[in-house]
Amino acid sequence: MILDNMIFQLIMAYVATICFGIIMNIPHQAFNVAGLIGAGSWGVYLALSHLGVGIAFGNLVAAFLISVASLYAAKYKKMPMMIFNIPSLVSFVPGGQSYQMVRNFAIGHTQTAWSFCVQVIVIAGALAMGFVLGEMYHRFSTYFRTEVIKKM
Amino acid sequence: MDMSFEKQTHILNACLQAGRILIENGSEMARVIDTMQRIAYNAGVVNAQMFVTVTGIVISIDNHPNAQVASIEHRSIDLDKVARVNQLSRQFAQQEIDLPELVRLLDRIDNDTPTFSFLVRFLAAAMLSAVLLIIFTHEYVDAPAGFVIGGIGFAIFYFFNHKFQVQFLSEFFSSFVIGILALVAVKLGLGVHFDNIIIGSIMPLVPGVPITNAVRDLVSGNLISGPARAFEALISAVAIAGGIVVVLNFI
Repeated sequence: MILDNMIFQLIMAYVATICFGIIMNIPHQAFNVAGLIGAGSWGVYLALSHLGVGIAFGNLVAAFLISVASLYAAKYKKMPMMIFNIPSLVSFVPGGQSYQMVRNFAIGHTQTAWSFCVQVIVIAGALAMGFVLGEMYHRFSTYFRTEVIKKM
Repeated sequence: MDMSFEKQTHILNACLQAGRILIENGSEMARVIDTMQRIAYNAGVVNAQMFVTVTGIVISIDNHPNAQVASIEHRSIDLDKVARVNQLSRQFAQQEIDLPELVRLLDRIDNDTPTFSFLVRFLAAAMLSAVLLIIFTHEYVDAPAGFVIGGIGFAIFYFFNHKFQVQFLSEFFSSFVIGILALVAVKLGLGVHFDNIIIGSIMPLVPGVPITNAVRDLVSGNLISGPARAFEALISAVAIAGGIVVVLNFI
């Protein structure tokens, strides 16, 4: 049952990534790879949350994976990295929480609204942090590659 | 280095053109600077200075008295153009094309890069709404309503953006319409949860490119474009939220 649900969710994430890609008008050669990155990172996120990892760390790991996978996809396809990482991120946008925050502010439940606001900030911050770590990985890997080449 | 005044001007123009296309279509700043730097370098200019922001580019090269400016009036998102400019810069680096050819091809990218037809984008937005509704809320009953309303919301956004060119207004208005439609759908019994329909339907409007670019620009140390883009994303989010809040007052 959990596995069924998991596979279904992966397909959903794949479709969502490609649909967002169409809206952003990414080249159609990139659809499949972007979709796979989106689905894969969503799968990792789901697996982590099944293991009981909190939303912050789960999102951070997912964003890091998206960043690193996009980097290699960009090298492999010879396309800019953003073509892969922007659509892949769409399933992680804290849409539900943002909406609940706005709604609770609007109807005057300020206390609840603040708690959703904190969730939104935590998720957005974790995603940003994941991207920063991905960028760091990129810098480190180029550094090591150039160093190794220099020594040889 | 001896280089005719005319050739220097051509190089400057090619750099500006490439940079303008990249920024107009949602590239991050590091890529813009890198691409312009590469074009200048491969055209024979070793030392080119540039100052790039989201609303304009300034570039100057050594031994050339004038700096050139390109202003960027409107920004949209078309990642295909970014990929094509990238490809072109690569070809120029490998000397497969020369400078006049580069300028000509850049013009062509700017004017006739194929985009998906409106119908395809509409269906993609509708599908995105339905799928994300299921992912976020784990409920299936509202998916059809989300499909229709998300598509309509995106269509309204698309047409307003083409007609009036004010992105924040289009976002506000389309999220307002999404709210009204969701309310009507629930009243007519076509949907069950008002909240879930809205959560799904506003997703195609989410400013994904500005958010991602803001982070990347900040990481690469661009302290002008990073906050500017973050602010752009924030205004978009506020516009979308504002449209929904107006509707929430009617409940």
